[in-house]
Amino acid sequence: MKKALRSFGFWLLVALVLLYLLFPFYYAVITSLKSGSAIFSVDYWPTAFDLSNYGRVFAEQSFARNILNSVMIATAVVAISLALGLTASFALGRIRFRGRATLLLAILSVSMFPQVAVLSGLFELIRVLGLFNNPLGLILSYLIFTLPFTVWVLTAFMRDLPVEIEEAAIMDGASPWVRLTRVFLPLLAPAMVTTGLLAFIVAWNEFLFALTFTLSNEQRTVPVAIALITGASEFEVPWGNIMAASIIVTLPLIALVLVFQRRLVAGLTAGAVKG
Amino acid sequence: MATVTLEGVRKAFGGVEVIHGVDLEIADGEFVVFVGPSGCGKSTLLRLIAGLEDVSAGSISIGERDVTDIEPARRGVSMVFQSYALYPHMNVYRNIAFGLTLAKTARETVDQRVRAAADMLQIGELLERRPRELSGGQRQRVAIARAIVREPEVFLFDEPLSNLDAALRAQTRVELARMHERLGRTMIFVTHDQVEAMTLADRLVVLNAGRVEQIGAPTELYHRPRSRFVAGFLGSPQMNFLPVVIAGCEARLSDGTRIAVPRPGLAGPATLGIRPEDLALAGADHADALAGQVALVEELGEARSIHVELGDGTLVVLRDRGDRAPRRDERVTIAPAVERWHVFDADGLRVVRD
Amino acid sequence: MSLAQQEATPLVRPRVSATARRNLRTAWLFLAPMLAVLALVAAWPLLRTIFFSLTNATLVDTASYDFIGLENYLVRDGGEWYGLLADPEWWGALGNTLVFTGITVFFETVFGVLIALILNASFRFRGLVRAAVLVPWAIPTVVSAKIWAWMLHDQFGMVNDLLLRLGLIAAPIAWLADPNLSLWSVAAVDIWKTTPFVALLVLAGLQMVPQDCYEAARVDGVHPVRVFFQVTLPLIRPALVVAIIFRLLDAMRVFDVVYVMTGNAKATQTLSVMARQQLVDFQDVGYGSAVSTLLFIAIGLLTALYLMALRPDLGGRRQ
Repeated sequence: MKKALRSFGFWLLVALVLLYLLFPFYYAVITSLKSGSAIFSVDYWPTAFDLSNYGRVFAEQSFARNILNSVMIATAVVAISLALGLTASFALGRIRFRGRATLLLAILSVSMFPQVAVLSGLFELIRVLGLFNNPLGLILSYLIFTLPFTVWVLTAFMRDLPVEIEEAAIMDGASPWVRLTRVFLPLLAPAMVTTGLLAFIVAWNEFLFALTFTLSNEQRTVPVAIALITGASEFEVPWGNIMAASIIVTLPLIALVLVFQRRLVAGLTAGAVKG
Repeated sequence: MATVTLEGVRKAFGGVEVIHGVDLEIADGEFVVFVGPSGCGKSTLLRLIAGLEDVSAGSISIGERDVTDIEPARRGVSMVFQSYALYPHMNVYRNIAFGLTLAKTARETVDQRVRAAADMLQIGELLERRPRELSGGQRQRVAIARAIVREPEVFLFDEPLSNLDAALRAQTRVELARMHERLGRTMIFVTHDQVEAMTLADRLVVLNAGRVEQIGAPTELYHRPRSRFVAGFLGSPQMNFLPVVIAGCEARLSDGTRIAVPRPGLAGPATLGIRPEDLALAGADHADALAGQVALVEELGEARSIHVELGDGTLVVLRDRGDRAPRRDERVTIAPAVERWHVFDADGLRVVRD
Repeated sequence: MSLAQQEATPLVRPRVSATARRNLRTAWLFLAPMLAVLALVAAWPLLRTIFFSLTNATLVDTASYDFIGLENYLVRDGGEWYGLLADPEWWGALGNTLVFTGITVFFETVFGVLIALILNASFRFRGLVRAAVLVPWAIPTVVSAKIWAWMLHDQFGMVNDLLLRLGLIAAPIAWLADPNLSLWSVAAVDIWKTTPFVALLVLAGLQMVPQDCYEAARVDGVHPVRVFFQVTLPLIRPALVVAIIFRLLDAMRVFDVVYVMTGNAKATQTLSVMARQQLVDFQDVGYGSAVSTLLFIAIGLLTALYLMALRPDLGGRRQ
């Protein structure tokens, strides 16, 4: 009897946790499917199934363009981070040299910078380079978050690769570049998927730089677009549109999380635990 | 000419020197074995020859070339690792071919050499498989094939048999010996197993704590060891050592027992050594006999090892092929083959008996 | 060659060999691109910001400015103190930041540990629950902020509606407009969003605790609560500490959730929000950079303390 009670208590707890975590999305979906004045009445169950909000989001904002921007920028950031991170982690993980530990520490410390600490300097830099209101400007800026983390995690994985395989490759005449690309890279593929995923999510979700370094609607990324959705007048906040846009963005991310949850968890904890 | 010459080679890790000045000359086509206890520096020495480590002082030459500063791939050497070190994501064919592919060798040549090596090692059917699908012995052959295809001047083996089970080890040993005969290349082989060392080597290099103790043919080292260390390292069961004081032609144990040692070549405190097969059970009336009590009898089938405790507490082992096995605690007499006594001085060096 | 010929040798200083030189060159070659990028986007802008904090530059033309030393920070002029440290808005922002940090880190830790304990128990659908736990973390902060802003809307929000129906409140509460409540509301949203991160880190720590500890405790008949505090907690301490440190640093520099939910409102303004406002809205690069610099110093100190106190493992050895 006690066991059944404990079991029930446990499941109740699980249900509460799930409710706490997922209810907001559910509510956002309900809201996004209402239109007109129905939005302003509170319903806990779905009362409508009207997709007009979704249509309006794409028509009134340049939301499709925003999504495209985000995808493009995040992908580019991931590609560059992985490329730079891979070569750097080879040096940091497999070659012994003086100052290696300090360098690793310095790189890691960059990820602790507050974004505003580089904001003024970066703003000037981007303007000077002519990259204001330009996706390249954002791609460049985002590297400040993704690089340290990518280098850190890939270095940890690099270190764990067995030394005999590298020595066999050396005996076979493999230069450092060949060892990296033809021997280690295939072995690191899982780790790179994980870091790539995490970097993608970070780049996708970034807000401050995207807000500060873009001007026109067409150049905005998704988070900024959602934040700045405005209605016809100052008093009319189009909550329906906002919820619709939020759901549009959330669904693919949920799918991503469901598919890759093991990898994401492994990457998150590896980055932290190995430190 | 694939000779290997080491001159004054030293190696230090951090501030600690592990190889203290090694001079060595290996002839073309020789099968040389580096042997010694763990930590003696044999693997380090091999890796120095391979180029995986740099010497701290001295020089290494292969053939006419000074290769001290040359990277491994251009020294004309191939190495077989203890853990095989196969590339996990490539199949056997590509594993073997990797070095040649990197050197941009023509595809037909690569194919020909890979298949020839695979045939020699009887792994021709495994070419499409991945390393994880292979057994230990098969992986070992792939590693050896990979070393062969590069047609090096010198083959280096770093304890390649240590990870194999006993039966496979013996079998592979024979195959390696045959391979050496067939290819005729210089081979340097590292092992801690003295049976492998004795059976495979043209010449043995016995190392101890970063120094070369003795170099020579196996039988030479076995019968005329330069030091107590070499004498004790080669031969199983180990040589018996007795601490004695020599006066005239007699050696005296601590309990007063006298042992006749004609022409000892030394007087004063010393160590006597004699191999188990040079001791025999004898009748009590034998001259120059040692008395003792049987502590243990180990039956090996074709012979037995009898551990006997002498009067002064020293344990000696003798090899006996007789019909009757003595019982524990039985009192026995041991007759040494007098000419086979080795005399070692206080520094552990063998004294040549005049 | 006899043993006597091999004299005792002194310790040798290894010469820098060709291979070591080659390796060093390779290392720096491989590091150069990444370091160059970091220097460009991190080191240079940081130094520039710190430099700007000592000037009176404006956003319109960052090329012409005067060097004014520490005047942005503190200066006495005609009997009055001016500068950041005399600015009540600065102190307000500092206070908000610290309060926000305290609230969020505390609750995230407690909830995170709770959720981790739940996830640690093996049960059916554990994978799905874990995926669900990840979702709030994975979505953009902006989206979380907007959804919660909608739920916390004073007129049409579901939270007010629920509380009214349950009779817990008499009139709708202005969660985001009321200066006494807004910081807590924003903190609550951040807690919702980042508890998963803490939960996952703690879960990793929990999964490394050997099962026999629990079994021994169970055999001894120890109450589960005591088991937690005296067995589990000490063993997950390392993971917990790492999680707390990360959260501390993140909370101190928070921007997204505060700005999206309450804009530049003084009651919730954190240091990052203030810095941005000065820089972009007021175009005062000097002053804004000063705020940024002070925040950077604060976080730098925290990081240095963390590194000194915990000495994280960079050599690749496990503790």
